[in-house]
Amino acid sequence: MSLVEAGVEHRFGPYGGQYVPETLMPALAELETAWVAAREDPGYRAELGGLLRDYAGRPTPLYLAGRLSEVAGREIWLKREDLMHTGSHKINNALGQALLAKRMGKQRIIAETGAGQHGVATATACALLNLECVVYMGAEDIRRQAPNVQRMRLLGAEVVSVQAGARTLKEAVSEAIRDWVTTVATSHYIIGSAVGPAPYPALVRDLQRVIGDEARASLLERAERLPDRVIACVGGGSNSIGIFTAFVGDPDVRLIGVEAAGEGLDSGRHGAPLTAGGRAGVLHGSLSAIMQDEDGQVTEAHSVSAGLDYPGSGPEHAHLRDSGRASYVAVSDEDALAAYREVARLEGIIPALETAHALHYAMHEDGGGSTLDLICLSGRGDKDLAEVMSHDG
Amino acid sequence: MGKPARDRVPEVHTTGEDQIATAFAARQGRAALMPYLMGGFPDVPQSLSIGLACADNGADLVELGVPYSDPLADGPVIHAAGTAALRAGVRMGDVLGVGEELSRRLPVVLMCYVNLVLARTPDGFARDLAKAGVSGLIVPDLPLEEATEIRAACDEHGVALVPLVAPTTPDDRLRAIGEQARGFVYTVSVVGTTGERAGGDGGYREILDRVRAHARVPVAIGFGISAPDQACAAADAGADGVIVGTRLVRAAAESDAPATAVGDLVAQLSAGLIR
Ligand SMILES: Cc1ncc(COP(=O)(O)O)c(C=O)c1O
Repeated sequence: MSLVEAGVEHRFGPYGGQYVPETLMPALAELETAWVAAREDPGYRAELGGLLRDYAGRPTPLYLAGRLSEVAGREIWLKREDLMHTGSHKINNALGQALLAKRMGKQRIIAETGAGQHGVATATACALLNLECVVYMGAEDIRRQAPNVQRMRLLGAEVVSVQAGARTLKEAVSEAIRDWVTTVATSHYIIGSAVGPAPYPALVRDLQRVIGDEARASLLERAERLPDRVIACVGGGSNSIGIFTAFVGDPDVRLIGVEAAGEGLDSGRHGAPLTAGGRAGVLHGSLSAIMQDEDGQVTEAHSVSAGLDYPGSGPEHAHLRDSGRASYVAVSDEDALAAYREVARLEGIIPALETAHALHYAMHEDGGGSTLDLICLSGRGDKDLAEVMSHDG
Repeated sequence: MGKPARDRVPEVHTTGEDQIATAFAARQGRAALMPYLMGGFPDVPQSLSIGLACADNGADLVELGVPYSDPLADGPVIHAAGTAALRAGVRMGDVLGVGEELSRRLPVVLMCYVNLVLARTPDGFARDLAKAGVSGLIVPDLPLEEATEIRAACDEHGVALVPLVAPTTPDDRLRAIGEQARGFVYTVSVVGTTGERAGGDGGYREILDRVRAHARVPVAIGFGISAPDQACAAADAGADGVIVGTRLVRAAAESDAPATAVGDLVAQLSAGLIR
């Protein structure tokens, strides 16, 4: 792992910052100090590297998907984060932060979850490291991601149902932050995406960049070239920033983030703040692209996939967008549901509904002359079966 | 609605900071009482009536909350009140209207999350506050590091940007925050969100002493103070001002006559503060 080069940025261009209650400011400073020390500490790196390898399954395979390539008319390589323990990339971050919490002497872990993948990953890391774990989850997500709720409880976590607002990911994050405001002396908050106040966006990116570092090295070895495009779905933006980071310095590699268009960008019922554009705003502690009304009230997102059903985005993505280094597009509920089924039949891989957004884009939208796409297959789709079956097809 | 009698006529050229300072200074011998109310809750006219009832029953200043979609510093009662107001269609303009009416009676300090400020731009927001006669602004998710531009805009328009400090704030931060404080320093008495809490009377002095050592402006305390004996204990522990929120918002939510209910509680709190 190459954790050392990146600094702990508070701002990405104008985006980021620390818009949180004063109560949390000392804890954010403590976290930043702990992270800067840990990521350079051979002991921490060896322990995390060992767990990622022996316990969680790194490195993940890079798979040239033959039948998808035929449909797309170009090579499609899949970085198989779905094969990680617990079924998604979220465990990379959860293990790293849980180990960090232990170093900081915090015995209680707070997390939020939308799809349940981050909640399961965090509950798993806490079981492994013998930490107490409380996961906040919107009541609507508890309904549509029921298997993951059972998994979290089996792993010993307390799952708290959040009833506020649309009862999805945004409210779960807010409730997790409120818990942290109250329990900050003894608790660490493991945020599940590259969002939140500094140092979280940089910390989560540092822990997820292993995805891109591995993929870049193995593609160079096997295809003997770089990809024309790197494509990943964007909820808060952790799997995407994880795979993008290794390629940011390769100017010919196009970086494409795929957000949730939900029922359509014009409907207002989507989860695509980066694609939709508009005035930046503060949500959950940082300034970034968010969905809001003209007063600055944050509006509800909508996506069939719980993990993309979020009105905010990571601040580094907003900066990558503005600087032109990455571009952001959106794929509808309908297309994502179709891609979920299509990829299952073509490749024998059931992707997460979140990932299905990126897969649809690669298979069915204009390739812009690309001959080789690298896609982050961020997670597996077992958790989505009931939800997909309820949308007949 | 508004009574014609005014006990305070704001002069056009006094700044919000002056108005706040005057309100604190007027309470020689006891702490200033600053009730919190949620603008637009239970509805816009009733929230104005609640504010006026506060003024009539011994409030020295009033803290006017703006409903927000994601109030990270608030517990369930204030969160629910804000959500109800938003569902009923309350907008920033409505709350500023309430603030404008109330500011004819006593200094109004607006409590408002940062994204609402940024949506109007810091300069536009501060100008709107000044136009409404609002004396001060409290932004619970705006720590010192992020406050420079908004503070400058508030200074420009004569609105006091009141900072918050917490029990977790170390002394060097207290000093830096104290240096930049306008109006008063808002001391959060507990590690946590807004809400009623039992006891607490033993713990105020330590935090108040630490804050006072670094503040050039009055020191007020809030979060978790609901009963007259708690308010009294905070005053005895040296607070220049006492802020009571959740208890009053709960009364507004539970009562058929919110203004009367809140007014009665404010009268009790006020009586309790007289030593
Ligand atoms: C499999 C999978 N992919 C993607 C996401 C979206 O999150 P992020 O944008 O942080 O990668 C989630 C979130 O729950 C997920 O479970």
